[in-house]
Amino acid sequence: MDELREIMITTDEIKTDEYLINMGPQHPSTHGVLRLLVQLEGEIVHNVQPHVGYIHSGIEKMAESLSYPQIGHLTDRMDYLSAHQNNEAVALCVENALQVEVPERVKYIRTIMSELSRLASHQLWWCVMGMDMGALTTFFYGLRDREDILDIFEETCGARLTVNYSIPGGLMFDIHPNFQRDVKAFIKKFKTKLPEYDRLLSGNVIFTERTKGVGFLSKEDAIAYGVTGPTGRASGFSCDLRKHRPYSAYDKVNFKEILSDVGDTYARYQVRMAEMWESMSIIEQLIDNIPEGDYAVKMKGVVKLPEGEFYQRVETARGEFGVFIVSDGKKNPYRVKFRSPGFSNLFAINHIAKGWKIADLVAIMSTFDLVIPDIDR
Amino acid sequence: MAFNIYDFTTLTKSIHEGLSSQFSPTATLAIEWTIVGLAYLLFVALFGLFLVYAERKVCAAFQQRMGPMRVGPWGLLQTIADFIKLLMKELIMPKNADKFLYNLAPFIVIIVTFMVISVIPFAPGLATFDFDIGVFFVTAVSSVGVIGILLAGWSSNNKYSLIGAMRSGAQIVSYELSVGLSLITMIILAGTMQISGIVEGQRDMWFIFKGHVPAVIAFFVFVIAGTAETNRGPFDLAEAESELTAGFHTEYSGIKFAFFFLAEYINLFIVAAMATTVFLGGWMPLHFGDFDSFNQIMDLMPGLFWFFFKVLGVMFLMMWFKWTFPRLRVDQILNLEWKYLLPINLFNILLMAAVVLFGLHF
Amino acid sequence: MKSIIAYITEILKGIWTLLTGMKVTAKYFFTPWKHVTQQYPENRKTLKIAERFRGEVIMPHNENNEHKCTGCGICEINCPNGSIEIITKSLILEDGKKKRAIDQHIYHLGMCTFCNLCVKACPTGAIVMGQNFEHAVWDRSTLTKVLNQPGSKIMEGVKD
Ligand code: SF4
Ligand code: SF4
Repeated sequence: MDELREIMITTDEIKTDEYLINMGPQHPSTHGVLRLLVQLEGEIVHNVQPHVGYIHSGIEKMAESLSYPQIGHLTDRMDYLSAHQNNEAVALCVENALQVEVPERVKYIRTIMSELSRLASHQLWWCVMGMDMGALTTFFYGLRDREDILDIFEETCGARLTVNYSIPGGLMFDIHPNFQRDVKAFIKKFKTKLPEYDRLLSGNVIFTERTKGVGFLSKEDAIAYGVTGPTGRASGFSCDLRKHRPYSAYDKVNFKEILSDVGDTYARYQVRMAEMWESMSIIEQLIDNIPEGDYAVKMKGVVKLPEGEFYQRVETARGEFGVFIVSDGKKNPYRVKFRSPGFSNLFAINHIAKGWKIADLVAIMSTFDLVIPDIDR
Repeated sequence: MAFNIYDFTTLTKSIHEGLSSQFSPTATLAIEWTIVGLAYLLFVALFGLFLVYAERKVCAAFQQRMGPMRVGPWGLLQTIADFIKLLMKELIMPKNADKFLYNLAPFIVIIVTFMVISVIPFAPGLATFDFDIGVFFVTAVSSVGVIGILLAGWSSNNKYSLIGAMRSGAQIVSYELSVGLSLITMIILAGTMQISGIVEGQRDMWFIFKGHVPAVIAFFVFVIAGTAETNRGPFDLAEAESELTAGFHTEYSGIKFAFFFLAEYINLFIVAAMATTVFLGGWMPLHFGDFDSFNQIMDLMPGLFWFFFKVLGVMFLMMWFKWTFPRLRVDQILNLEWKYLLPINLFNILLMAAVVLFGLHF
Repeated sequence: MKSIIAYITEILKGIWTLLTGMKVTAKYFFTPWKHVTQQYPENRKTLKIAERFRGEVIMPHNENNEHKCTGCGICEINCPNGSIEIITKSLILEDGKKKRAIDQHIYHLGMCTFCNLCVKACPTGAIVMGQNFEHAVWDRSTLTKVLNQPGSKIMEGVKD
């Protein structure tokens, strides 16, 4: 394929000038305010240079002046579609540092919540993917089903997006009495809706033509660029932390790590679609077995971490999210670093999109499932 | 003939005679032209507004929404409000735009739509021009519209616009071919290029039934190619919202944007109207050979109703396409034309010729 | 010949996938009453807001205009973005002792991120999350609220 691309670029008889185009920060397909400097020749992309920094919010620096529970609430605002997992990462990191063992109940609920937000995130990704490809109706179908999950979040966590539910030591509240019923109802309903997604988009000949064989990322390159999450798994890079480094209740459930060795846009699409089924199966395994117990352990009023460095990674909807805390024993961390999946994933785009068309660039970007505050935190 | 009661010929004739008795022939002609011109303007404006509203409601229904609901009952006045808003908007021109061409482009686009619309027979006796090369005129003139789009894209001095315009150029030039060839298929069956003749030829049966297999194929090819020619989804590469922001009309605002917008919808109407006229019998009611009682019941409804019923049906089909399918890529759009539609079309012409030659049609 | 058959089956298969998609959208088109959007200001009465929904921080008062806030300032410390300011005063009790009490519990709604940390931290449960979400105002300064009502007292028996 690489050779083919070489040929495509080099054997154009008519040499035309290259030109630069600024995709973003205000552009409909950059999902926020990502700026891509695209070097084009006609329709063909020669070079993509992502420029980050437009909505840099300095969360890492801010975190240095906040206490540990307060940091958790800021991570909601990074990858807002994986707010649960981000919260969980901070909570787990602090708990590990303090060597606090949270009750089983907390682990189960955290896992269910993480999978629910993974589902919600993938639903939003699906509808935005459709929209980027020009099928505007998918947008509303995806949002329609995501709404059910957000309602569940609202009922239990009190917020729809920036949930701040997993806090160091456990959970903010216990689950709502209706939680199990609602989740089961949602799973039942969504199982009928997901095949509809396939009928509408996955099978569609225009869609498959546009995505199959487009935008390859090999396993080696995925590892070299640090591409994780569904994007990396579509290239055959087995990087699911839920499998390899189980945290919370992931060691108690049976699920497959979805892998594909094709590595094109369609594979990335299919991996995410299959992950939705897996997430549902994980939730189903856990939802009826939530053990009784406390929803949080009693933490001290002021949480102080022992001196040292602590790292915790979790698998968000986009890939590996890591929290690195350097503590000097005070109530504020000395330094916090977040390893966000979007950032590493994004920079593989130049490698992938070279030689493809503008429309492919948009599709490729879409399968990366970028959330800009996650990149630019 | 039962549908004579809905025939507009008598009306137009009496107007003509009334005017001729009062004024000189030149003045009569001038007055008639003015009336016709104003009628078209009114029609385009009102129907355009209606179409925008209809599209928004249709798309809302596809997407499980309600669509516009605020302005007027069921949001009926929404498009009027939008239109007023567009009228009042500031006209912004990019600094380095080619001023003359930039201003000219929307007019070319809108004038072309008016020219094409003038040959479409809405009802018996309700068409302005009736050349003996009517179908040819439609295909010829409608391809001028692409010049407007190219100019708009080029003169805006914006790279997105330019890409959009180039895409649009490549697309329309190729799809002209399919539109033309599928019309030719039907001309073989009709035996005439005159639009009134084509409609008249469908008195006992619409061509899509008469020409069965090749006519159905030609119909779908025409609708697909027609959708592509109007730059509508799934062929909306020239606008390609998620790739090129708004494509060739990125830099247009206010009323100039409204022209492009209106032209898009009127083009949609034109494609649907041509499909109706050539395949679905124009204003002819649904007739089936010898079922006289059935035919008479069908005749009860006026030609104008039949025409708009069919046009709206075809338009619904095109909206359905738009709100279901993802957009094609630029090379695929050309592949579709040159590798699929064109060979199918050529083969279809042969098939149709054979059908006509051996009298295999109904 | 084989390639021609492949060509035709390819076309037919493509058309079939397109039709499947169109069937999905058609199903929703012909059931327009099943729309999922809501007419918001009109449906205020039927709007269901979860009881835990975090719309704003409020301080409930009982019928005697009494609240539970002792003015301890824990919520202020816990707030990550300084949305709460506690201004205390000292009361002279009947027995001559001095006692700290809340003068103004100032809450900047415009800065609040609805994280619930203040509510969770408050030792007496004086503040809770309210469900009101319609916060649009004309003047930004009205977003700064004093949560304890004028003339309000601390409830009997609430200690910090
Ligand atoms: S909810 Fe959070 S941000 Fe708002 S006042 Fe309370 S602690 Fe501060
Ligand atoms: S609201 Fe609660 S935490 Fe805040 S000052 Fe009053 S008693 Fe203390």
